[in-house]
Amino acid sequence: MCLGIPGRITAITDPVRLMAMAEVSGVRREVNVACIAGNQLDDLVGQWALIHVGFAMSLIDEDEAEKTLEALRELGEAQETLDQMAQSVEALR
Amino acid sequence: MKFASEFRDPVAARALLTAIAAKADQIGATRAKPVHIMEICGGHTHSIFRYGLDKLIHDGVEFIHGPGCPVCVLPMARVDECVEIAEIPGVIFTTFGDAMRVPGHKKSLMQAKSAGADIRMVYSPLDALELARRNPDRQVVFFGLGFETTTPSTALSIQQAAREGLTNFSVFCNHITVPEPIKALLNDPDMTLDGFIGPGHVSMVIGIHPYDFIARDYGKPLVVAGFEPTDLLQSVLMVLTQIAEGRAQIENQYARVVPEHGNPVSLAAIADVYERRPSFEWRGLGEIDASGLRIRAKYAAFDAEEKFGIGYAAASRNVPETPGCACGSVMTGRLKPTQCPQFGTGCTPDMPLGALMVSSEGACAAYWQYSGARVVAE
Repeated sequence: MCLGIPGRITAITDPVRLMAMAEVSGVRREVNVACIAGNQLDDLVGQWALIHVGFAMSLIDEDEAEKTLEALRELGEAQETLDQMAQSVEALR
Repeated sequence: MKFASEFRDPVAARALLTAIAAKADQIGATRAKPVHIMEICGGHTHSIFRYGLDKLIHDGVEFIHGPGCPVCVLPMARVDECVEIAEIPGVIFTTFGDAMRVPGHKKSLMQAKSAGADIRMVYSPLDALELARRNPDRQVVFFGLGFETTTPSTALSIQQAAREGLTNFSVFCNHITVPEPIKALLNDPDMTLDGFIGPGHVSMVIGIHPYDFIARDYGKPLVVAGFEPTDLLQSVLMVLTQIAEGRAQIENQYARVVPEHGNPVSLAAIADVYERRPSFEWRGLGEIDASGLRIRAKYAAFDAEEKFGIGYAAASRNVPETPGCACGSVMTGRLKPTQCPQFGTGCTPDMPLGALMVSSEGACAAYWQYSGARVVAE
């Protein structure tokens, strides 16, 4: 929960609540983009961000995203985060 | 030997290890008289063990594992309070999975769930918010846990709940801050710390200036670091270089992610939603001034402490920890995990006695996981 995971913003889903769809290691997850929104919400689409517990906290470039994902995979943290996302889908049922 | 395959950039790692050795020799650091560098963040602790950096590095550099694992510093009394709230009829208690197995005096959240309490593991406070929307007849409580990486997400969720006028969503706020325990450790006469590796993702939120007092008032260097092994080695070299040159400054090795002044939206949400508690209890460290956050009165409707009358303000202080558990001494670097009499016998990741064995970012769990599969230098 302390380490962010890189994800790519693929679409803005709710401009009022500042929500967007992100793809994290092939898993789609809705995230809040308030912390990186700036003026033009649509500009976020296609960009990479570090995502912490469902909130995009910082824009990063693609190279940094790849390096961070690899480091997280090495630590087992990437899978842990993806498992937590899957668990959360269960929790909502 | 795995050196080459373990590191993404083995050439850079080796060059950094050589430069660190030269710098350590220059300042006269030896196995008998080492330089003590504390990595504050549990993620860094995990990375150091994963790559065996503590073994690969010069004998004169010793890592002291800091208190930067929120699950590890969670007192048992807080777990008891979570269980108490979760067992209230009609409550759905939501938490990050990390906290499920931390022992309380009677039971962990996992055990309370098995016994019938409606406890759900969520990835994000947004999911707790969604549960509240879908279950208007139930009280949904989110366990707000963690340092400045998770603090803004809880604050933004409370603001969202207020905008929607949700009346069945509240947060059991146990958020804590990084700089204050560092001050407590620096004030401890038993601690000998020569420099710090600062947390990466916490600093992404708060920036690098909240650490200024460490250099200014205590004369110790701190370098904010990324999570790759070469980031950590580079940061150790930067700390040693400051020591060699007689400097004490706050430097940012992770500037590609960490802005000097942090993330303004996060900081504004934190300031709007929380205020500091006069003090807060840390497992192993005791009460630390101004180290915990509570929800401001204007958001009292979303404060589980107010709603249920359970929590830090209502509970007695300093409830004793499990007998025989040495987490406090390990947390402050007085004991190595393997020097705890319970390590590997009374306390294992499957049956944890202390919190340091629970989280993958805890020093004991890291020792346990990697002590058998060390990366050894050629």
